[in-house]
Amino acid sequence: MVNGIPQQGYVKCHKRAIAHMPETPYLCTQNQTDKVMAENKKLSIIAFSGDFDKLTAVFTLGTGAAAVGYEVNIFFTFWGLDAIKKKQGRSFTGGNWLTKIFGFMMGGLKVTPTSRFNFLGAGPKIFRYLMRKNNVATLEELVEAAKVLGINLYACEMAMHVLGLTKEDFIPEVKDVLGVASFLNLSEGGQTLFI
Amino acid sequence: MTFVKTKIELSKLSEGDILEVLLAEGEPLENVPRNAKEQGYNVLSVEHVEGTTHRVTIKK
Repeated sequence: MVNGIPQQGYVKCHKRAIAHMPETPYLCTQNQTDKVMAENKKLSIIAFSGDFDKLTAVFTLGTGAAAVGYEVNIFFTFWGLDAIKKKQGRSFTGGNWLTKIFGFMMGGLKVTPTSRFNFLGAGPKIFRYLMRKNNVATLEELVEAAKVLGINLYACEMAMHVLGLTKEDFIPEVKDVLGVASFLNLSEGGQTLFI
Repeated sequence: MTFVKTKIELSKLSEGDILEVLLAEGEPLENVPRNAKEQGYNVLSVEHVEGTTHRVTIKK
């Protein structure tokens, strides 16, 4: 708005204007713009990867957004379920022998591999050292921050069944077990990322 | 990340308490006071301590 006259960019300031009058500049006030912007402060992340580096990205984005007032939802699926397991460290959990093997291979945050340069486990150790040296938060600190900042954590029902896990295997802060439809409902109106 | 930690510490304080944040120049120095103000906290001062370290005092 300049001198009370709406400028080109203000066509987007009211949600309904986009649907009905996309070409017409829509008269609006700064208050309406702020309201729409505030309504859109939502970030939803689908955490598919169980790698150390990608999970660090998930939680850095999540906590960074939550710290400046975004509503944040994180949907852990498939390999991402590794990040929200209660039992840290490798163990043979699960119903049958296949899921027990997965329970061993996916040992929680402490043993997550990096997506590249893992070198049989040396990769994460090197990156943790570099992060500590540069005073960057560790993955565990980021997960704690996520819990404190009230980020909504969800587990994927389908992946849970496939990997033989139950809700009790996850940390108590996990809000609910969801499927795709529920998650899409939750993430509506905000930004969604797939990591 | 600095602001995330600041926010967490601020949430533990009660109304009227004061938090001192020691942070580095560059992005933290720009982000922390601005975001604290946007979230409604009272930024009392931003001082240079030594080298690249600065101190931001925030009142809840």
